[in-house]
Parts: sequence; structure tokens; C-alpha cells
Amino acid sequence: MDETATSEVLRFKDVSLRFDETPALDHVSFAMNAGETRVVFGAAGSGKTMMLKTAVGLEKPDSGRVILFGEDVTDFQESALFKIRAKVGILFQEGGLFDSMNIADNVAYPLLNQQVLNQRTRRNGDGPLSEADIDAKVLQTLNFVELGSTLQKYPSEVSGGMRRRVGIARAVVTEPPLVLYDSPTAGLDPITANLIIHLLIKERDSRNTAAILVTHRYQDGHLMANFRYNPDSGQIEPAVADGVKTKFFVMNEGRLVFEGTETELRASQDVYVRKFVKY
Amino acid sequence: MLDFLKSWIETFQEFLFLAARAFRNIFRSPHYADDIFIQMDVIGVGSLPIVILIGFFSGIIMGLQMGRALTTYGAQEQIGQIVAISLVREFGPVLTALLVAGRNASGIASEIGSMKVTEQIDAMRALGTDPIQKLVTPRLIALMVVLPLLTIIADFIGLIGGALISVGLLNITWSFYWSSAWRALIYQDLFQGLLKPFLFAIIISLVGCLYGMRTTGGTQGVGRATTQAVVVSSIWIFVITSFIDPLFF
Repeated sequence: MDETATSEVLRFKDVSLRFDETPALDHVSFAMNAGETRVVFGAAGSGKTMMLKTAVGLEKPDSGRVILFGEDVTDFQESALFKIRAKVGILFQEGGLFDSMNIADNVAYPLLNQQVLNQRTRRNGDGPLSEADIDAKVLQTLNFVELGSTLQKYPSEVSGGMRRRVGIARAVVTEPPLVLYDSPTAGLDPITANLIIHLLIKERDSRNTAAILVTHRYQDGHLMANFRYNPDSGQIEPAVADGVKTKFFVMNEGRLVFEGTETELRASQDVYVRKFVKY
Repeated sequence: MLDFLKSWIETFQEFLFLAARAFRNIFRSPHYADDIFIQMDVIGVGSLPIVILIGFFSGIIMGLQMGRALTTYGAQEQIGQIVAISLVREFGPVLTALLVAGRNASGIASEIGSMKVTEQIDAMRALGTDPIQKLVTPRLIALMVVLPLLTIIADFIGLIGGALISVGLLNITWSFYWSSAWRALIYQDLFQGLLKPFLFAIIISLVGCLYGMRTTGGTQGVGRATTQAVVVSSIWIFVITSFIDPLFF
């Protein structure tokens, strides 16, 4: 395996997916490496969510290949996908929190259920994480999203913004190398939306996580591309140079119609692409 | 017409795949014992009052209608036999299954459907849990256990209802009613009376789960899935009955 392949976390090779006659993904190809960020813009129904779901095998492509952490997962059985999904955190558009469980149990769920992860975290061969270890990890992760005091509440008892933060906590509690965020700021007020993006930046820069952020808000992408988390001050601050770690995608009717840096996005003369650029 | 047939065949195919996976999971780890007991409580204990009520009144109605007809021929002493055979072979299993379908196929479809539209099912898959193992198999096992038990209770309560009418209106003694009812039943009747609820349990649980899992279109879709689950499971209850009855004719 060459150097590129080892650092590559996700690759789409000419992936297409249709529902009846409607294309959800239309010959989509891209690749991203460890530690990189992709910000995906697009109108409703343009295939953004399907791209994320296809990446982890929740939807099977009609054609093309999906390579996740160097493995071609396109034809994987569900049971085989469980193993590789343990390396990916997902925040769903609708939250996807289990409403029959309290917040602590929701965040603990991946720790308890991802068998591969349990095996990986066995300590000195004496079994999986103990209950105390799990409780500590859950509290630490909820503190990370500033919700350490809501352990016993149910998802229905907290605000929409708090539910998104719980969703982020659940997505990152296992410290996956790739995290997919589906519209984490949709429907939130600007203050809460900025808080969420700050948390994503903090999560990304604390552990050098690769991330795909689906969003309608240009500001979200701008923040992701131009700000970084300073662990010394604990604050978000302007990044000196992002290089090409953050790239922008624009999707239209299942097609990837733009791929490039923020500068290239701003310079684009495409009418559709320009709709997503707001200063 | 062709599209309708195609969609019906596709649904039936999905049902068979779901059934195969749900049954296979009974013998596979992990087993969610807590979920099975919760479902037994929700479905079994939760349905008990309504099953008792309907069982009792179906016994009374049967006693009244059969009693009237039998009295015409002076054969009212046959009431215990007729109520016992009708209830144990047919009405007990079918009425109980219809009640449980109305109450629980809808409940299962709406619960799983809500989970589907709020992406909880996708989240479950993404977090390493097979939703069929976690949601479908426990409901299948729970119903296969509790529906025969509910049917036995409904049969017994129905017989009590029939006894009250026989003793109160037809001048038949309590002991004569019970001895004629008991003597009328053969093992084949009991086998038929327990085989049906077992098969109905499979239908109700899997149809509820299938329509829940197929839910699309937000809350409106949940409502649609709930209605379809009740209608389809009710139809299948009658279809299965009409296939089983000739086997024991």
C-alpha cells in the first residue's frame, strides 16, 4: 500500500445511486485524507445526505465503488460493515438520538454496542471497558460539548441545539478518525449554530479528525476553513494557514458540480455555485 | 394493475426476507432479553384487560345466539359443546389476534416508523446494532409467547360468559355446562386453537415491523404505516384461518 493510500480515509469512485428515476448520486468521485475537512453545500435533495449515508454503507450504490479506510466496502454485508463503521462517527440530520434512552445512555451506546471497539479497548485481556470507565468517558465527552449536567435528561427534555450537541458527543465518544456531520446547524439560531461549529473545530483540531460537514450556511464552511482550536488557550482563533486541508464541495441533483478551496469557491462564476457564497 | 401486482409481490418478498432474518436472529448473538420481556409486558399485560373484556362478551353473545337457535330445536343442552368448540377452535384465536393486531401491530408500526423517520434506525445501524436483531426479533419472540397465552385466557373467559347465559337463561346447570364443554373438546381442537395464535403472532409482529421499517414521509408516513399494518395483519389473520381450518375439518 502506498503512502497516499495509507492516509486516505474515504474515496468515492464514480458512485451513482438512484431512487426510482430520481438520481440521488450521479457519478460522484472524490477522495479525502486523514485530518482533512470537506464542507458540502447544496440545495435540499441534491444528494448531500445520501453521500454521507453511502460513505458508511447505510445506502448501497447502484454503481461505482466506495473505499473506506482503504477497504472497498461497496459490497460488504451489514455485519462486516459494523466493524468499519466503528471508525466513523455520524451526526444525523434529524439527530437520530434514541428517545427511549436518557442522554447518558445515548452517548454510552456506541461504547457498549460496537463490538469491535469493545475488543480494541480490552485492557490487559481482562474484558471490555468497565461500567466506571464508560461512565467516565460519557461524562468527559458530554463536558466536551458543555452538557455535563444533562446526563439523566431525555432527548425530548432538551432544546434542539442541545440535542445536536448530544448527537456530536455520541458521534465522537469513541474517538473515530472520521466524523460525518449532516446539517448540524440547520434550524438553529446563529449563536447556537456558531457554538456547534466551534465544537466541531475543537473536536477536529484536538484529535486531527477527518470530517465531512454538510451544511446550507456558508459561514459554517468559512469558520471550518479559517479557524482552529488552540489547546493552550482553549479558544477558537483564526488559522494562520489552512493549506488545502479544508475543501468545499457543491452538489446539484446528485452531481458534484464544484470541488475546491474557499478561494476557488469565491472565484467561481457558476450561477448555482455562487448561490452558496455569502459574505 | 401490473404496478399494483408488482408492489404487492415486492412487499411479500420483503416480508419473507424480514421473516428469515428475524428467525435466524433467534439463534444468533447478541440476544436482547430485556427487550423481549419489555415487549411481553407491553403486548401481553397491556392487552390483557381488553382481551378479557372481549372474550367475556363474545362468550355471552355466542351463548345468547346459539342458545336461541338451539332452543328452537329443544337442543339447548348442547350449548356447552358448541360454545367450547367455536371458541377454542375459531373465535378465541381469531378475535384475540384481531384485538392484538389492532392494538399492537399499530403500536409496533408507529414506534418503529417514528424511529425510521427520525433516523434512529440508521443511527442504530451506524452504531453497530442490527435493527432487526434489536427491534424485530424481540417483538417476534414476545408475541409468539404471549398471543397463545392471551388466547387461552380469552377462551376460558369466553366459556365463563357462555356459562352465565346457559345457567341464567337456558336452565342448564353449571356442572352440566362445564362437563359437556370439556367432553366436546378433543386434542385436535386444542392443537388448532394454539397453532393459530402462534402463526398469527408471527404475522402481527412481522407485518407491524415491516411497515414500520418501510416508513417514509415523516409523520404522515407513520400514520399510513400504522393503518397499513393493522389492515394487512387483519386480512392475513383471516387468510391463515381459512387455510388452517380445512386441515382440521
